Amino acid sequence: MNAIESLKHFIPELVLLGGAFAALTLDFFVKQKKLVGEFCLLVLVLALCLAKIPAKPMSLFFGMFELDTFTYFFRCIALTATGITLLLAMGYTPLRNRYEGEFYGMFLFMAFALITVAAANNLLMIFLGVEFVSLLSYLLVGFLKNDPKSKEAAIKYLLFGSVCSAIMLYGMSLLFGATGSLELKVIGDALFTASLKPLAATAVLFFFVGLGFKISMAPFHMWAPDVYEGAPTPVTAFLTVAPKALGFAVLTRVLDLAFWHFQGVWSPVLVILSILTMTIGNITAVSQTNIKRFLAYSSIAQAGYILMGLAVFSVLGRDAVLIYLLAYLFSNLGAFAVVTFVGEQTGSDSLDAYTGLASRSPAAAALLMVFLLSLAGIPPLAGFLGKYYVFAAAIKAHFITLAIVGTINSVIAAYYYFRIIRIMYLAPATAPALGAPSRTLTLALWAMLAGVLALGMFPSFFITRILG
Amino acid sequence: MTSHILSWIIFTPLIGAFTILFVPKSSAPLIKWIALATTAVVLGLVCHALTLFQPGLSGFQMMERTSWIPQFNVQYLLGTDGISFPMVGLTAIISLLACLASGSIKERHKEYFFLYLLLETGMMASFLALDLFLFYVVWEVVLVPMYFLIGIWGGPRREYAAIKFFLFTLAGGLFMLLGILSVYFAATPHTFDITQLVGMPRSLIFQQVVFMAFFLGFAVKVPIFPFHTWLPDAHVEAPTPISVILAGILLKMGTYGFFRFSYPLFPEATHWFQPTMATLAIIGIVYGGFVALAQTDFKKMVAYSSVSHMGFVLLGLAALNANGFRGAMLQMFTHGTITGGLFLLVGVLYDRSHSRDMNGFGGLGAKMPGYAGILTFFALASLGLPALSGFVSEFLVLLGSYQYSKLATGLSTLGIILAAAYLLYMVQRVLLGKLNPKWASLTDIKFVEILTLAPLMVLIVVIGVYPSMILNYMIPTLDALLKTLKV
Repeated sequence: MNAIESLKHFIPELVLLGGAFAALTLDFFVKQKKLVGEFCLLVLVLALCLAKIPAKPMSLFFGMFELDTFTYFFRCIALTATGITLLLAMGYTPLRNRYEGEFYGMFLFMAFALITVAAANNLLMIFLGVEFVSLLSYLLVGFLKNDPKSKEAAIKYLLFGSVCSAIMLYGMSLLFGATGSLELKVIGDALFTASLKPLAATAVLFFFVGLGFKISMAPFHMWAPDVYEGAPTPVTAFLTVAPKALGFAVLTRVLDLAFWHFQGVWSPVLVILSILTMTIGNITAVSQTNIKRFLAYSSIAQAGYILMGLAVFSVLGRDAVLIYLLAYLFSNLGAFAVVTFVGEQTGSDSLDAYTGLASRSPAAAALLMVFLLSLAGIPPLAGFLGKYYVFAAAIKAHFITLAIVGTINSVIAAYYYFRIIRIMYLAPATAPALGAPSRTLTLALWAMLAGVLALGMFPSFFITRILG
Repeated sequence: MTSHILSWIIFTPLIGAFTILFVPKSSAPLIKWIALATTAVVLGLVCHALTLFQPGLSGFQMMERTSWIPQFNVQYLLGTDGISFPMVGLTAIISLLACLASGSIKERHKEYFFLYLLLETGMMASFLALDLFLFYVVWEVVLVPMYFLIGIWGGPRREYAAIKFFLFTLAGGLFMLLGILSVYFAATPHTFDITQLVGMPRSLIFQQVVFMAFFLGFAVKVPIFPFHTWLPDAHVEAPTPISVILAGILLKMGTYGFFRFSYPLFPEATHWFQPTMATLAIIGIVYGGFVALAQTDFKKMVAYSSVSHMGFVLLGLAALNANGFRGAMLQMFTHGTITGGLFLLVGVLYDRSHSRDMNGFGGLGAKMPGYAGILTFFALASLGLPALSGFVSEFLVLLGSYQYSKLATGLSTLGIILAAAYLLYMVQRVLLGKLNPKWASLTDIKFVEILTLAPLMVLIVVIGVYPSMILNYMIPTLDALLKTLKV
């Protein structure tokens, strides 16, 4: 499809882009910066309403983008994650400075960038999309420029990210050199017919570096705890979910289209990386004392579980990645919504701030408990469905070792999630009661709770819509 | 209501739990009454189901089937038979009595009774679920309220005991999940429906591996040596009513799992595992007995006696014959009533003295005659005095195991002698001898406390005198199970 014809299938993205520029312009004229945030939310909702499930896969802009149910799913993930993040950010005091309006506007660009990543079907587009997301992420992490931790996090993120991107770019150049094409499908066929196994193996490893950084896969996860701790809490919430989900989207597409002939080469590597990621994440999470660092390591471990689905790479494995990502989106954003609230009220992200939360703010404690139980994979919550899917995929494909390691890791994970629950419910309160959350935060909390419960109890509704 | 009686039994406690959420925290008596009324209604529903239950049938009755997750062929599938129905009855009775005995809970009533009723829903559903996926879900649902019930209202080491219980059971459960998934993918067509899965051919090696995965899940729950270490901690630290639930019902979920899932799904592996099962049973009986003998803590003594008595259930399971199975099923029921009663009695004494040190008591028989009589009754029931229910079930188990192995039977009778030793030694130290002046002001057992114990005593005597009353419900199903196992 040529560019003009493609445009009519690209309306939600155009709305986002137009909305982003409009938000930046609006920022000049309004004093009440919250209005800009509300405007951005409106744009996101509009884009979500305009997005339609494509009846059949379409190739847009001369094959640069692929619009299919897979893209549609990640489009929804990106828009939801951005919307919830905006709701969190609108109640977050440290952002109340003269740049508040730009902060909201940047999230619309971010949503646009994420969707292009999900739709990208071409090495060039993938690189541009991933870099677009990365650059915006660096900016957002360092947004509180008077906070040394925020600055440190941004620099660390930038340096680490640039190196990983460069390595991935090198892998892409190898592929282009060998096959003479940037299109994933053409590359896949060329690699197979010319039997370029060593080159394909090298290139796929380079992809693992570049995208492993995005999904915080061990051993490229080092940046995550520092960045997640230093970034403004709403940004952390966003980073643990959206770029990670899109990293998985690209990885799935690349492996599926370009390297599927070589599954025997990369599948064992992914098994090892998956085990490494979940084990490192879980074991390090046990001893954390800062809730943001704690959730950072927990999110690394969660990436390990999702990688299980990718390592198996059956149809069920791919479904598992999608379902797990959706469950993770609800649970993790929900948990961060509570963290934002408690951080706002107590001014602290240390675990001590959660002592006796059950009596200081029963609703917040109960919600955080539900989100943590979901992350731990306790039924009948969303997280259990994700766990069920990855384990089912592993068992079906006879990846027994992977399943057993995943099981042991789930027990370790339950231990540290219950550590937080213990602090909230079993320890007596030492600090005064908390106030009520802002209206936007309440909305975000209840939306995520509804997601966690609905996905856990009525999964078939979601499964039919996501997987058809 | 009659057509969905099992769903009503499961969801009535849940309705009660959510009703409690809408009652203000300050009105504790109202919350207590709601909880008590809910558990009473559940018992009423179970009695109603009893009138519908046809004891002569061996298959599942009162089945309910609704598709839940069609993509995985997961169903909301309930049903009951001679194996699960006695457990449902036991759950209803123990839940009501333990709720009545919850007077010792002094704080956070709303949370307590909410979790308590949630727990009852989970337990009922575990005994009624016939879909493996559904079973796993409700099996896990039981864990979370239990964690809080031990962790918030427990004794000094409650946090450690609660997380230990949780992690042990979760680990076992997750391996069971892997087993469930293997069974699912090995079946054609893929299904979690136990009524379809039973009788499908499976290779021996597959059966052995998956049997072990299920075994881990159930063994932690029973608990079978060496997975029992969470039990003394959890039982001792839990508040009295929760200890009663733990010993009375939760332990049975493990042995129930063998009867319901492991045995019929993996008949060849069951035969292969028979010697190991018998060995583990003997270890449990003898080891539990000796450790119970060495205790000075009253509650810990009862906890270890549970390990010993649950060993008899395993021995009956290992016998793989009619008498063994009948004895095991009956022992599951009688152990629930007897040990539940003993834990209640420990609680009665602890509420007054705030001590569980048996050596520190003495001569309470004269001071608390009512209490002394009831405690002696339960001790005698527990050690297997004829005409009380404990005797019947253990006798049947030994009768069954004698046909399988004389050595195993001989070693297991040691457990009965040990039971007599530790229970009578307990009676001697607590009730007889000189009165410790420290306890001169203790008051005798109250009417409410007798009310929690009397129904159990009636059951113990009635089953002891006329066991076929309850055995008649179990026998057709157990005979059908033996046919499935080809013995």
